[in-house]
Amino acid sequence: MSKRLESMLEWVDARFPLTSTWKYHLAEYYAPKNFNFWYYFGSLAMLVLVNQLLTGIFLTMNYKPDASMAFASVEYIMRDVDFGWLIRYMHSTGASMFFVVVYLHMFRGMMYGSYRKPRELLWLIGMGIFFVLMMLAFTGYILPWGQMSYWGAQVIVSMVGAIPLIGQTLSNWILGDFMLSDAALNRFFAYHVVTLPVLLITLVFVHIVALHEVGSNNPDGIEIKKNKDPVTHIPVDGIPFHPYYTVKDIFGVVGFLIVFCGIIFFMPEMGGYFLEYNNFIPANTLQTPDHIAPVWYFTPYYSMLRAVTVNFFWVDAKIWGIILMGGSVAIFALLPWLDRSPVKSIRYKGPYFKTALTLFVISVLILGWLGTKSPTPLYTLLAQIFTVIYFAFFILMPWYSKIDKTKPEPTRVTE
Amino acid sequence: MADTEKKQEPNSRRRFLIAATSIAGGIASIGVATPFVMSMMPSERAKAAGAPVEVDISKLEPGMLLLVEWRGKVVWVLDRTPEMLANLKKLDSQMADPKSEKPQQPAYAKNDTRSIKPEFLVVEGVCTHLGCSPVYRKDIAPADLGADWLGGFFCPCHGSKFDLAGRVYKHVPAPTNLVVPPHVYLSDNLLLIGSDSKESA
Repeated sequence: MSKRLESMLEWVDARFPLTSTWKYHLAEYYAPKNFNFWYYFGSLAMLVLVNQLLTGIFLTMNYKPDASMAFASVEYIMRDVDFGWLIRYMHSTGASMFFVVVYLHMFRGMMYGSYRKPRELLWLIGMGIFFVLMMLAFTGYILPWGQMSYWGAQVIVSMVGAIPLIGQTLSNWILGDFMLSDAALNRFFAYHVVTLPVLLITLVFVHIVALHEVGSNNPDGIEIKKNKDPVTHIPVDGIPFHPYYTVKDIFGVVGFLIVFCGIIFFMPEMGGYFLEYNNFIPANTLQTPDHIAPVWYFTPYYSMLRAVTVNFFWVDAKIWGIILMGGSVAIFALLPWLDRSPVKSIRYKGPYFKTALTLFVISVLILGWLGTKSPTPLYTLLAQIFTVIYFAFFILMPWYSKIDKTKPEPTRVTE
Repeated sequence: MADTEKKQEPNSRRRFLIAATSIAGGIASIGVATPFVMSMMPSERAKAAGAPVEVDISKLEPGMLLLVEWRGKVVWVLDRTPEMLANLKKLDSQMADPKSEKPQQPAYAKNDTRSIKPEFLVVEGVCTHLGCSPVYRKDIAPADLGADWLGGFFCPCHGSKFDLAGRVYKHVPAPTNLVVPPHVYLSDNLLLIGSDSKESA
């Protein structure tokens, strides 16, 4: 570095912690050296976040949040704005890919016990990010004001109306009207482009601050900070994040972008899973489409919502469905306290946990598939069975994780 | 000893002042939040919308369903055939609320056909589960709805089923019968939806 640059850096460092921040978070942030494939998805989620922010800004330049103009303005972006189609497909595909990488990121945490002490708060912040992400997806899906936008929103908002006593007033407050209309579209636009992105960026920042405080977990689920070099105080199994993992993550980015571009250029609607066919029809307040289903990333919860068809304990099946759906997302937050296993990583956990996690993944996939189908008596029965398995994974965890035959953890990370 | 006493006195005073300031600040924030929260309630314009609508039913043929928009919701007017009306009785045992005990209709529609005139059903086409609009399925025993289906409304969102009087089946997600809105016949062929009395027309 030239003398001049060095003195400029000194000038900045005397006024802002630039070099120390760079060191703390990148050059001297020691991450375990045994990260594998599953560790790409955190940085990929950041990449998708940047993609959504950038493309989103350009979409707002032509989109009109007005019930009578919204649908046409989206078609205008698609047909008449130069490269509008590309920016919109980057945004819509980005939404689905956000969930792909976040689901894989969460699954990684479940496999390697990344939610366990001392990372409970890190996991909870992550749950907050997941919740905001779902709100963003929901509000974003309403904006084109197509048939699926309208009826999807109708279903979700009706859930609020089902809350005893205050439901109706709360629903009017959320919608700004007595039914889903222009007022709701206008404010959901405000949430989607201002409130929720600000919240999301803040939470992602806090998530990383918390991560760098406790340090990254790894596929062996052991703490590298327990074994530090006596002289340098650097964990012996740690390597600096930069350049080792920045380079690794760039490799992941290239792989991801190949898939991402493939979808954008060759199948942006993903056979109706990323962009549903019914949403190419303008919203019709008088008629629900013959078959409605949420976008793929919400279908497991949607299956659970409609799985309850009998009343329990004087509470309507409808309320139970809503409780189950909310519970199926919220229950992830309890994982740090449900897992009583002496080891963190699946590598050293016993057959009970491995079976339970496998059954859980199968349930999520089947519930997700059922959520895209019209309800028939057989499908409803299947949804009920897999809803039970889904919840059993969590509720029985304190028992099966405790009595499971675990293997001893190594003292050093394995290659 | 004297030292600690001297320290404690201002501390308790300070604690009181901190508490008082926090409470005053809290009250002020509630006050400031009020206009923002209230601004999100339905506006005066939204409240003013929603006048009753007149419907001409002279062109409605038996078995035909007419969709009417009232307060942004869909209201169905269905001209039921004698067979449809006869089938209602057969379904009583499969209904969650066959006698319309729950207050989902005005008193004048709390009867076997849930209507003022037996043949004309007037209900909101809004599923009582989560607000989708069910599909009119008048076909008898279709493959997807089973051999004992005698015609009715099927909600495509979550599979709730209603008969041709808008009564909900047992063991479906929807908890109650479809809502019968206030309505009145202004003449034989003119129906007013949204009001009980002829005067408000």
